[in-house]
Amino acid sequence: MPDTIPADSVGIVTPNIAVFETPLALSSKQTLEQYELIYETYGKLNAKATNAILICHALSGDHHAAGYHSMDDKKPGWWDSAIGPGKPIDTSKFFVVCLNNLGGCCGSTGPTSLNPKTNKEWGADFPIVTVTDWVESQARLADYLHINTWAAVIGGSLGGMQVLEWSIRFPDRIKNAVIIASAPKLSTQNIAFNEVARQSISRDPDFHDGHYTANNTIPVNGLGLARMLGHITYLSDDSMGKKFGRKMRHDDYQYNYGIDFEVESYLRYQGEAFTKRFDANTYRLMTKALDYFDPASATNGDLSKALSSAQCDFLLVSFTTDWRFSPARSEEIVDALVRAGKHVSYAKIDSNKGHDAFLFPIPRYMSALNGFLNRAHNILIQESN
Amino acid sequence: MRSDLDIINDWIQEDSKVLDLGCGNGELLQHLMGKKNVKGYGIEINADEINNCIEKGIPVIDQNIDDGLQNFGDQSFDLVVMTHALQQFRRPDLLLDEMLRIGKECIITFPNFGHWRNRLHLGIKGRMPVSEFLPYNWYDTPNIHFCTFVDFTRLCDEKGIHIKRWAAVDGHLRDHWWIRALPNVMSETAIFHVSR
Repeated sequence: MPDTIPADSVGIVTPNIAVFETPLALSSKQTLEQYELIYETYGKLNAKATNAILICHALSGDHHAAGYHSMDDKKPGWWDSAIGPGKPIDTSKFFVVCLNNLGGCCGSTGPTSLNPKTNKEWGADFPIVTVTDWVESQARLADYLHINTWAAVIGGSLGGMQVLEWSIRFPDRIKNAVIIASAPKLSTQNIAFNEVARQSISRDPDFHDGHYTANNTIPVNGLGLARMLGHITYLSDDSMGKKFGRKMRHDDYQYNYGIDFEVESYLRYQGEAFTKRFDANTYRLMTKALDYFDPASATNGDLSKALSSAQCDFLLVSFTTDWRFSPARSEEIVDALVRAGKHVSYAKIDSNKGHDAFLFPIPRYMSALNGFLNRAHNILIQESN
Repeated sequence: MRSDLDIINDWIQEDSKVLDLGCGNGELLQHLMGKKNVKGYGIEINADEINNCIEKGIPVIDQNIDDGLQNFGDQSFDLVVMTHALQQFRRPDLLLDEMLRIGKECIITFPNFGHWRNRLHLGIKGRMPVSEFLPYNWYDTPNIHFCTFVDFTRLCDEKGIHIKRWAAVDGHLRDHWWIRALPNVMSETAIFHVSR
């Protein structure tokens, strides 16, 4: 809980809900007749609505990117280190929008919402949505907010995939793209990790084919296990080693299957804490969205060709010890952009924090983001004069 | 404005696609993007220089040139430029081949180790030259492959590389007739424009 709100915080924020009555045709050929998107905004939209930035969240993120909901909050939003007055995503210059994606479990329409046709919770019947569907729904949110063109769209990991999709799908509605610790499509290994996560959920006896709520239960073991696995892949060997090493709970081995090592206790805690805030069906859906993303599939695997329509300036960022979305994967995007003759810069940031690094305010990373967005803002000002 | 940039500027066609290896703070690319409307990309490994380029809006790619340039396609650039860096790489000869694979033409500048002051330093003092322009000791220098003006022309001969034109300038990158007359002795920086 903050005693006082820090000067570089966006302060106390309140989420808004946008209701959409126009049906949304999904990649799966199913249609969402109506849906709601929960979102937060920070900063002020200028008169011409040219200073808006969209933040796209990753697998387990939500619309609460910065600030506090109340003085009782233990922690600020998930990317508070980068968003605020004077921070790299400077809310004294930009109007920042962050939403919870469709299929989420934090207030936007998803598996935990009521299916209007049955008046029961959707559960596993909620249609699988893709990155393309998200970007389409985000464009509708932009219309709703009277934002024609984003000054920038920014995201890490799965969020970066949404940014890439924005640049291809709505080239005239995005001026700058910041793609952090992401990939143009998942590797086989990544899909494999996702499948283990999904299986650990669906094999939990409490899963009930995704209709656990109707059965008054939650697959906490499966979801916790999925999170434990995911969590390991977001860290680096080095950062786990530095944090826990072989530190033990007791003075000696216990010679049983309880907790010997601190890292075991940490993972169990992480797994359990996650089940209290996240929905198992949403987790499965988000991992599917990751697996399905492959914009180059429309151009016979030629990413450069897929990006030929893009008009924005790109900033790509990767982190040296990230093995879930390694620098090589970001470099695939960079190379495709260079081949397509697009305006792109790329920074590979030294960090021992693995994939999670994208959420930390690493000075070189923050300075790159700051420099890129400052220039975007200067151009905005020049254009408005 | 550095005047070797002016020399290079005169040699570059309008609207070219240019790759600058070791682009530093992007000064050359910024100059060429402004004056010659080139589409430029820089390669750099220094974090501060990279951020400097990003701030200025000069496309820059964080990449270690010693690890290879395989990610760039054959003849995918009109011009590949490398200023004051060739001598810092593990295999300048192979790098030159790579530059001419990626670019239709190359412009390379490097410090001429055959300059009379270096000869004097080594010949009289018997010690490795340290100067205002080459301020490093032999053990901490990034310049691991010095060569002379003539050495470079020999390498081009051996490789069948065509020297389209050259310039030779002093430490302040100014051009003088006496440098042009005796480039291997008088020039502190050599500038070559080459192609296959």
